[in-house]
Amino acid sequence: MKQEPAESALVKTNQTGSSESSPFSKGAEDVNFGSLPIRFALFTPPSCFNMPCMASILEVRDLRVTYRSRGGPAFRALDGVSFSLESGEVLGVLGESGSGKSTLATSLLGLFCANALTVSGTVLFEGQDLLQAKPGELQKIRGNRISLIFQEPSVALHPTMRAGRQIRHVLAAHGTKGRRGFDQRTREVLEQLFFAEEAERIRRSHPHQLSGGQRQRVLIAQAIACGPSVIIADEPTASLDPTTQMEILGVFRALRKSLSLTMMFITHNPALLAGFADRILVLYAGRVIELGPAQGVLASPKHPYTRSLFQSIPPLASAPRQAGKKKLPAISGDSFSSSVPREGCPFEPRCPERMDICKSREPGLVNLSETHTVSCFRYEGQ
Amino acid sequence: MRYLLRRSAHAAFLLLGVSLLAFAFTVLAPGSYFDEMRLNPQIAPETIVALRSRYELDRPLPVRYVHWVISLAHGDMGFSFAYNTPVAPLLLVRARNTLLLTVTVMLLAWGIALPLGIWSADHLGRLPDRLLSWGTAALLVIPDLVLALGLLVIAVKMGRLPTGGMVSLNFENLSFLGKTRDLLLHMALPVAALVLSVLPLLVRHVRAAVAEVLLAPFLLAAEGHGIPRRTLLYRYALPAAANPLVALFGFSIGTLLSGSLLIEVVMSWPGLGPFLLEAILARDIYVVIGGVLLSTLFLVGGNFLADLLLYWADPRIRTETGA
Amino acid sequence: MTAESHETSEPLVRVENLVKHYSKRKLVGSVEEVRALDGVSFSIFRGTTLAIVGESGSGKSTLAFCLACFEKPTSGNLWFEETSLSGLKEKDRRVIRRQIQLIFQDPANSFNPRWSVLEILTEPLVLQGNLSRDEMHPRAQALLEQVGLSSHLGEKLPSELSGGQRQRLGIARALGLRPKLLILDEALSALDCSVQAQIANLLMELQASLGMTYLFISHDLAMAAHLADEIAVMSRGQIVEQGAPEEILTHPENRITRELLAAVPRLDLSRPPLAES
Repeated sequence: MKQEPAESALVKTNQTGSSESSPFSKGAEDVNFGSLPIRFALFTPPSCFNMPCMASILEVRDLRVTYRSRGGPAFRALDGVSFSLESGEVLGVLGESGSGKSTLATSLLGLFCANALTVSGTVLFEGQDLLQAKPGELQKIRGNRISLIFQEPSVALHPTMRAGRQIRHVLAAHGTKGRRGFDQRTREVLEQLFFAEEAERIRRSHPHQLSGGQRQRVLIAQAIACGPSVIIADEPTASLDPTTQMEILGVFRALRKSLSLTMMFITHNPALLAGFADRILVLYAGRVIELGPAQGVLASPKHPYTRSLFQSIPPLASAPRQAGKKKLPAISGDSFSSSVPREGCPFEPRCPERMDICKSREPGLVNLSETHTVSCFRYEGQ
Repeated sequence: MRYLLRRSAHAAFLLLGVSLLAFAFTVLAPGSYFDEMRLNPQIAPETIVALRSRYELDRPLPVRYVHWVISLAHGDMGFSFAYNTPVAPLLLVRARNTLLLTVTVMLLAWGIALPLGIWSADHLGRLPDRLLSWGTAALLVIPDLVLALGLLVIAVKMGRLPTGGMVSLNFENLSFLGKTRDLLLHMALPVAALVLSVLPLLVRHVRAAVAEVLLAPFLLAAEGHGIPRRTLLYRYALPAAANPLVALFGFSIGTLLSGSLLIEVVMSWPGLGPFLLEAILARDIYVVIGGVLLSTLFLVGGNFLADLLLYWADPRIRTETGA
Repeated sequence: MTAESHETSEPLVRVENLVKHYSKRKLVGSVEEVRALDGVSFSIFRGTTLAIVGESGSGKSTLAFCLACFEKPTSGNLWFEETSLSGLKEKDRRVIRRQIQLIFQDPANSFNPRWSVLEILTEPLVLQGNLSRDEMHPRAQALLEQVGLSSHLGEKLPSELSGGQRQRLGIARALGLRPKLLILDEALSALDCSVQAQIANLLMELQASLGMTYLFISHDLAMAAHLADEIAVMSRGQIVEQGAPEEILTHPENRITRELLAAVPRLDLSRPPLAES
């Protein structure tokens, strides 16, 4: 019931999106992030419901996941998430803890933890609904067509298995044949991520002998070993040092170029997406509250949450401070309490710009432009 | 290597300590082999005194210990009063029989416990897992002795399996195949009793260890890479759960040895169990000391094996100890 | 509120040529020396914040542990309020230790998971022993309020709190002992951006109201520059550059500082993009 306005808004988007005849003709202005020309970013309709979308490789429609929570009512980790991943793009998913970003990453591959209560919606990948797929079919897709890179490289690798072996297991799971084939491909993949002389040592190392950045590279090697078309990276740099973090981001950048990967990059730090993501999807309390081209979202965020989030990051102010220390414009409150189901906009209790209507109704998605949508009453009727 | 050297030194010290203690306790225990002779009017008291001095029962303890160690070095392990021969050959035959039994049980019990425990952990909390848990709990509360007697009763009723001894009377006349068959038939009952007595403990530990590892992030990551379930369970979860299981392996050797002594007596298996019991009752002290030492050697050997396994299974230990 | 403008010019903490070596056994006989701290000197003035910035493994945490009297330095001197910590007896050390509180990245590890928030807060008060039972409860409530936690959280378990709430609780527990120095060892690093801002604001409020002194240890140069009066950049156990935040940001002299500065992810798109690796 509550979802109706959202859906109607999406259908509207769809129509405007499809009326555009040539995707390259309009919108693909000279936007350059780094040295990579981003073409797909600006013509992509945020979601396509009723008609096939040529460029989209993964399509998520109305994904809902609830978890059993102790004592209280079921916790809605994802609450009607819809978006599509276009071929060749980097979609930055921005969300803080409790936004459902990790659930999103795992549920796209049908990996649900034991306390997942209900799952609904569709995840379309190459014409197949992954949520309806049989375990055997899913297993063939995971790591082969869609790869997942987990956060915390320190715990995502098997502690007592050599790095090379862990890559070989992935290859073996997806049909690479013979010892020769394994070894050759393992070397190839590692040499894509390390210097040749280093790669051999890494291959024979156990995870505890590697640094955080090296472990993360091994995880990436596992993910790209089978040549997937989509990579989902869940906070891949969260536990790393700043310089290592930059290094790993550089690795992603280079791979994306050399392997023409489609990527979903999940993070809580918007600054990591600057100059890297093509589009940004902002997740709050299991809902998509803003989705648009990266430059647009980063330069002029529309949703009050996105805006306050950006402001709460201390700027690297090079100008000398005058009158002592200034406070950061932090968002008050905590998203933690959003697990309690309530009427209205999920961000309303913390919103600096709330209106009366926000308490009683949930906002639908509003199209600000062909590519930029936001879920906020401020923009309705504009 | 340092790790292994240290472990070996450890084992040597343990053996020395146990031999000292065993020696002291058996020698200081009241009574001696020749006490019974005193009651026999046909044997002159002088003879007994002569025997005692011949077997050095009247010498001080440290001297006897040193002499015993010398005899050990000669491969004799002292002298049995009852059999009137050196202890070592007597003991070794029995030890071989005990080892045959325990090694078989060890292989069988772990061979069953690992897949069963892993399967149970994979189905954690579901009906088959719960049934298995009840089953192991029931087996745990039955004392070994009752288990052994129960099996004996069943065997007697069935009438097919031999209920005692290690080989049939006509063993020597059988062909090689017949001998093997005969031996296996005789082993069936004691092996079954011992396996059933250690199995529940092993299954429960395997289940707990694997279930814990199954929650680890690297398993979710592996699943996310599309690693098949079987590989996930046996090649990922099991090695990661190895540390507590290897420790349990060493421990289970100990329980199995003490358990086998009892079962051997009940099922009249010609191993260390009945032999030691007899020797203790007769105060045939060097046999007792030898038996205890040999059991300790098995135990230490088992734990050393466990350490080796751990060393092999966990690369982190290798680095920590700087090998 | 720079160090010079502060009324007391005498430092709360003075560290002189601090050295801490760990010996790590490698092979049989050979011992490898790890120089975690290799001659570190600085002072922290009352009511100010000194930020120590560096990569992991640069010796930041060792420094925190030495200051909090958890580790004994190999050589060098530490003064806390003109008391030298070097030759201190265990009993006196405990008195000092109470005044220097350490806050970690995730305080959850240091909470007893079965205790409620109020129990966690009263524990240090009990150990202190100069409050009666009746006084403790209001004091714990006051601490909750001081760190911006609502009093109805008092009965909750730490596992029921969010990351930000847990960090607030960690700060509240430390404040219970009325410390003079708070050492924040990567205290914000594991938190979401919006929560980092909240806790950073809380730290500023506490500094303004209680005159707290902070040693802020972090690898986030932007947050350090925001919070601190002075920044020291550490690398391989040594301070390679030290100065006011604006100076460090505008005229970084050392290579390490420049690298750290370049690694700060920035939102503004005007900045030239990163060189591709």
